[in-house]
Amino acid sequence: MASSYDLVVVGTGPGGYVAAIRASQLGMKTAVVERAELGGICLNWGCIPTKALLRTSEIYDHLQHLDDFGLSADNVSFDIQKVVKRSRKVAGQLSSGISFLMKKNRIDVIVGTAKLAGKGKLSVEKDGKTQDVTAKHIVLATGARARSLPGLEPDGETVWTYREAMVPKEMPKKLLVIGSGAIGIEFASFYKTMGTDVTVVEVMDRILPVEDEDVSAFAAKAFKKQGMKLVTGARVAALDVKGGTATATIEAGGKSSKDTFDKVILAVGITGNVEDLGLEDAGVKVDRGHVVVDGYGRTGVDGIYAIGDLTGPPWLAHKASHEGIACVEKIAGLKDVHPLDTSNIPGCTYCRPQVASVGMTEAKAKEAGHEVRVGTSPFQGNGKAIALGEPDGFIKTVFDKKTGELLGAHMIGPEVTELIQGYTVARQLETTEAELMQAVFPHPTLSEAMHESVLDAFGRVLHI
Amino acid sequence: MPIPILMPALSPTMEEGTLAKWLVKEGDSVASGDVIAEIETDKATMEVEAVDEGTVAKILVEEGTEGVEINKPIAVILEEGEDESVLDGFDAAPSTPSPHPSPQRGEGDTDGSAAQANTSPQGGEEGAQRVSDGKVRGAEAATPPAPEKNADRIFASPLARRIAADKGLDLSAIKGSGPHGRIVKADVAGATPGAGPSAPKKATASSGSELVGSLPDPRLYYDDGSYEEVPLDGMRKSIARRLTQSKQELPHYYLTIDCELDELLRVRKELNARGETDSIKVSVNDFIIRASALALMKVPDCNVSYAGDALLKHKHADIGVAVALDGGLITPIVKAADTKGLAQISAEVKDLAARAKDKKLKPSDYEGGSFSVSNLGMYGIKNFTAVINPPQAAIMAVGAGEERPVVKNGVLGAATMMTVTLSCDHRAIDGALGAQLLQAFKVLIEDPLTMLL
Repeated sequence: MASSYDLVVVGTGPGGYVAAIRASQLGMKTAVVERAELGGICLNWGCIPTKALLRTSEIYDHLQHLDDFGLSADNVSFDIQKVVKRSRKVAGQLSSGISFLMKKNRIDVIVGTAKLAGKGKLSVEKDGKTQDVTAKHIVLATGARARSLPGLEPDGETVWTYREAMVPKEMPKKLLVIGSGAIGIEFASFYKTMGTDVTVVEVMDRILPVEDEDVSAFAAKAFKKQGMKLVTGARVAALDVKGGTATATIEAGGKSSKDTFDKVILAVGITGNVEDLGLEDAGVKVDRGHVVVDGYGRTGVDGIYAIGDLTGPPWLAHKASHEGIACVEKIAGLKDVHPLDTSNIPGCTYCRPQVASVGMTEAKAKEAGHEVRVGTSPFQGNGKAIALGEPDGFIKTVFDKKTGELLGAHMIGPEVTELIQGYTVARQLETTEAELMQAVFPHPTLSEAMHESVLDAFGRVLHI
Repeated sequence: MPIPILMPALSPTMEEGTLAKWLVKEGDSVASGDVIAEIETDKATMEVEAVDEGTVAKILVEEGTEGVEINKPIAVILEEGEDESVLDGFDAAPSTPSPHPSPQRGEGDTDGSAAQANTSPQGGEEGAQRVSDGKVRGAEAATPPAPEKNADRIFASPLARRIAADKGLDLSAIKGSGPHGRIVKADVAGATPGAGPSAPKKATASSGSELVGSLPDPRLYYDDGSYEEVPLDGMRKSIARRLTQSKQELPHYYLTIDCELDELLRVRKELNARGETDSIKVSVNDFIIRASALALMKVPDCNVSYAGDALLKHKHADIGVAVALDGGLITPIVKAADTKGLAQISAEVKDLAARAKDKKLKPSDYEGGSFSVSNLGMYGIKNFTAVINPPQAAIMAVGAGEERPVVKNGVLGAATMMTVTLSCDHRAIDGALGAQLLQAFKVLIEDPLTMLL
């Protein structure tokens, strides 16, 4: 059986399925190839199910502090099986949502593992049977998976990746998280809140190393207060897995120490799924685990494109979606298509307290030669945050002194992941501090801290 | 009551159109949204939809009628339960007061007095007639006409505006690369004042297509391989953009005058003979630059720039001299040429031209200026017109000096003649003013010793 399309997307994560929908909207006969669940890692094993888990831990944390709110409850407990079941249900619901979207947009879903098979051709293998699919344009969106380091390989039992960490059969008593990026910190936060003794080891000198230094420092303080152990400037030199436990040799500051854990989560970055795609034969260039592309996902090989995690950082669903759209619109010959501006991709970490940012950190802005004005607004001065009982955190803004350009915004605190898009829109529209000062932020909301932060940067703060 | 269908306006500027085709006939019933007719303008054909439900009682304008004014009734619809008898005395013209009585009436209108009553604008019992102004299907639909777009509005981000203001950039000269041509930071970040529109940073792979403007890409007309494609360099893009803008925005007009050169050539020969020891050699063009500068001082109202809300009257004559380069041209400026002698002008022009050819001009060497001279005489061109180089308001196109038969005091003789054509920006320089400038120029050229005064 052979099928022929204008455009076929390999992979149905948030990059792939969005690219397919856009292609169909633009009148292309479109199909997607998926070897696992529709929606990819994001919906099934990433963003969404972890948010379901973190919602549980958030509620569980509130239950620990009911007295503050004048409430009481006895025998507060949880059933991890049920917690995981809910997370899986949420993922399942969204995955079937993608199935609906494919039908609605008349996109054929081809189940199987795709491989480039000559110009404009894919062979899709499923249960030993192979079918040929031809397409004028092939968009590779196969995503990425957890990276492993020599000596630190996951075994799925004691040493986990995000995949196993998401579906624990029982709660570990003592957990080691290697890596303090968004993935590592979110799991650390979930398990810590649910009562596990958590240690995080980070090779850089601070946790959440891509965030602004002030945010990293505040987060570290908050996590330590929660009882999390943070070891920075450190590396796990060896993992000795024996009898269902892992003994880690942790080197920090020239000293070496050993500690034993029930489970270990590897969160040391991800690597593109470049294998077995037939990239080499097709002549597609791969560099350090990622496909090399231009701003429109073009690989340099006629008719083959790549988007999303497969093409490198930042490894974010929203980055993949936007790349998919730019790629497809360029193929369709639309005017005014611009490559994604990577300087304006917000990043969110759903730990407790939440962390969100967009643009340059203060240090990066100075490095880039900007004379900066920096504003900070602590949530302690925000009525809504105090009423919520979550006054920890702040919003920091970094402006170019000369032009008033909002170079970056960095937040830690309640619901900041929902606030960051305000600054992202501002940056996209290229507002200066003047428009942000004039904009009305409703009272009482957490967003008022966004306004105050801008005012503070220009010496006009009202409530601090 | 009967509902008239009016000729719709397909665009804000449309005044009349052709009723190309009726898709319904009298007696047909129509529902809201049904396409009932097709209207044609010079630009497009659009479908007219019925807004109300009912029966087409009368078609007032036959299919194929040209020049149907907008808002003229083209048909009448009867609502359910009505029959044609209600058309008696019914006037299909809009009941809104119009400056002149509308001659359009329902065909059933035989009773003059009844019609009279109905055309009066006063409210009365029936009040305002319901008017179905045929909704137009399509993007250009505009009924009632939308306020005209303010062509002066520039879409630019606040940050781009601020950077432009800091650098003294004119946003109207910059092409935006953002959504819908919005000017964004990237468009102004690299631009320098007066250097003309900056090329968008993120030029798309299909280079050049933007410069084709609204015309189709010429590649469509020629077979692949039948031509060599040479990508535009920055200078070519800048010339294309600036001069297109000049010709589109500046109302050019042209004045031509003949000047006799014999005396000038004689003086030049003498000067160059005397200057030989100092290796000074002035050209005819040097005389023209000096004469232009002095003429501008004599008619200072021509030495101006149009600034939208003001005229900038320049205190000196900064004369741009068009220099042809390989694959382009540039107009370096002899600053305050009115204060400079021929020898100095000659030396400066030589220096500017040499540096222009080596691409070593600084922006200050070619930005601004109050007037330009473009000379194609050396190619034997007799007469041509030049495109004004903004922010200047005039440019002089100089043809070849050549012997021509001339009639002087009724006697046919020969003289060396040169034809110059002045292009003026009418927003700044009116015809008589431009003529005075040319006259002053002619006097100076024909009697070059006056240039010494």
